[in-house]
Amino acid sequence: MRGAAILRLAAVLGFAAPLADLAPAAAQAGPHDRPPHRAWGFEGPLGRFDLSAVQRGYAVYAQVCSACHGMKSMTYGDLTGMGLTMEQVGRIAATQQVPGGVDAQGDPVTRAATPADHFRDPFVNPEAAAAANNGVAPPDQSRLALVYPGGPDRIYALLTGYRQPPAGYRPSHAGAVYNPYASNREIAMPPPLRDGQVVYTDGTPATTAQEARDVTTFLAWVAQPHLAARHRLGAQVMLYLLFLAVLAFLLKRRVWSDVH
Amino acid sequence: MTDADSRDRPDQQEGEGVLSWLDARLPVVSAFRREYVDYRTPRNLNGLWNFGAILTVVLMVMLATGVFLAFNYTPTASGAFASVEAIERQVPSGWLLRSIHVAGASMFLAALYIHLFRGLYYGSYKAPREMVWLTGLVLLAMVMLAAFAGYVLPWGQMSYWGADVAGKAVDAIPAVGPWLEHFLQGGDAPGDVSLHRFFILHMVLAFAVLGVVGVHVAALHVTGSNNPLGVEPRGARDTVPFHPYYTSKDALGLVLFALVFAVVVFFLPHVVFEAENYRPANPLHTPADIEPEWYFLPFYGILQSVPSKFGGLLASVGAILVLFLVPWLDRSPIRSARFRPFYRVCMGGLVVCFVLLGFVGRHHAQGGWMIAGRIAVVYYFAHFLVLLPLSARTERGVVLPDSLAGGRGA
Repeated sequence: MRGAAILRLAAVLGFAAPLADLAPAAAQAGPHDRPPHRAWGFEGPLGRFDLSAVQRGYAVYAQVCSACHGMKSMTYGDLTGMGLTMEQVGRIAATQQVPGGVDAQGDPVTRAATPADHFRDPFVNPEAAAAANNGVAPPDQSRLALVYPGGPDRIYALLTGYRQPPAGYRPSHAGAVYNPYASNREIAMPPPLRDGQVVYTDGTPATTAQEARDVTTFLAWVAQPHLAARHRLGAQVMLYLLFLAVLAFLLKRRVWSDVH
Repeated sequence: MTDADSRDRPDQQEGEGVLSWLDARLPVVSAFRREYVDYRTPRNLNGLWNFGAILTVVLMVMLATGVFLAFNYTPTASGAFASVEAIERQVPSGWLLRSIHVAGASMFLAALYIHLFRGLYYGSYKAPREMVWLTGLVLLAMVMLAAFAGYVLPWGQMSYWGADVAGKAVDAIPAVGPWLEHFLQGGDAPGDVSLHRFFILHMVLAFAVLGVVGVHVAALHVTGSNNPLGVEPRGARDTVPFHPYYTSKDALGLVLFALVFAVVVFFLPHVVFEAENYRPANPLHTPADIEPEWYFLPFYGILQSVPSKFGGLLASVGAILVLFLVPWLDRSPIRSARFRPFYRVCMGGLVVCFVLLGFVGRHHAQGGWMIAGRIAVVYYFAHFLVLLPLSARTERGVVLPDSLAGGRGA
């Protein structure tokens, strides 16, 4: 993938645009169906997140995914980035119990989480996570939308892609289910979403497709929480530098006018 | 000191004010004026001469952002990844500083390769500028080492396995290899000790680079800049004062470079951020495809094209070491490739081979890439060891321009 990045850099610098087609598809662990591309608002050089979709996606994460998947790089305070106030974040954090040191007898105690605390891990260690999930530890979701080959398109396809296995399919291990978008078309995660599984406070009908779309948007936001700020600042910096470049060019031409 | 003394030397302190007072005691103001204002510079320098100033500024940016990253970084195997995640997520503007620092590494190496190419193409390594060339190559080696050490610090999958591959390369040295690998890593595999060492190495090298840059620039200001025609300036008509001529030209070059830099930082971060490195280091799980950063790929290509592992290591280190000999391998008195048609074609071949070796590196020298890689390695060394020494014989009856003002150099 590093090589693909060079080709893109070369293409950007404008001297090797035809080479960009040579970049191979991202390396994928096992064969699977190609996920269809979907239009995401956060794509492209000026893309940004639909924060109401991110907030609905958080509801899906909190009510479904977080039962098995950790998100340990995130703090509750980071949720202010999706448009919540500090009071709302504080209330969310307060519903979670985290280790709170020891009491006077030296016994471990728990306390209500604060916005500075990291998301609580559902399992105490990877072994416990694997043991509780058919032998496969659910991956941490902090950067999943970046590191999962295929990105948001494939996450959405996977969440909505559970179906009847073809004749002749045999699960390779107990608990494995058929999914054409998973590596080797098999996954240890049973179908996580169904219609009406999540309660949306904004009245959006909670269909499976809507839940999948929202939680994928949320995962993409978690993987790149500063994407919108980066694009906005980038546009300002480019405008400033372009203006400065014109001034620098005029200055240079004027200074050199008596030499050429 | 009496009044009589100071009247004896009225030139010691001209005028009033803090700067005159300072300059009489520590002549930094007059030195700055001599070296960066009045400094005579060939009038015909082209855009490739901007990259010295660009590299200086990028180095400053790297030091400034790096110091703030170091404040928030934890150099332990258990804490490094989480501390980098905290910089990206919880430290205010941490994502921006880190993005500039990571993109800066690529931009720095890119500018360095252009700067190196310019030196080779216009013969800037020739007498009397050998020390400028040699200190520059020392800088190249130091920057590469600093870049590698820096890449290990986030302790993601690519960091860990990159360090592992480097350790295995050291391991290939006959007799002392395994011992040396263990010694440098502080264990059998990259771990806490190696990470701590890489962190210190990265920081120390960064500031050492700043010092050697001082020596490099001092050596340059002894001889003055080379120029696209490669003939020494004769008289005032051939030169212009550094300020305002080259300050204005460098300013334009810097802004244009900053534009490319900003595009990478703000719109194409995936060009410099390897997604796999967002997975924490896992010594039990080897990634499918271990590749160094793009700026190491040509040397990785050499490493993989040579059949023997130790031979490959020698060849890729030798590819840099041979550059140190260039001032003495090149026997031609003519500097600029403009007046050396044969050498000019050879330089074109060298650039093609260097880029080709990068592609060989990313394809792990498999299949046809292996053959292409071997041809490119042979050409690379033949260029310096055979073609460069022989090229002087092809250059007879070359008429060099008398002055820079007459030649259309700029």
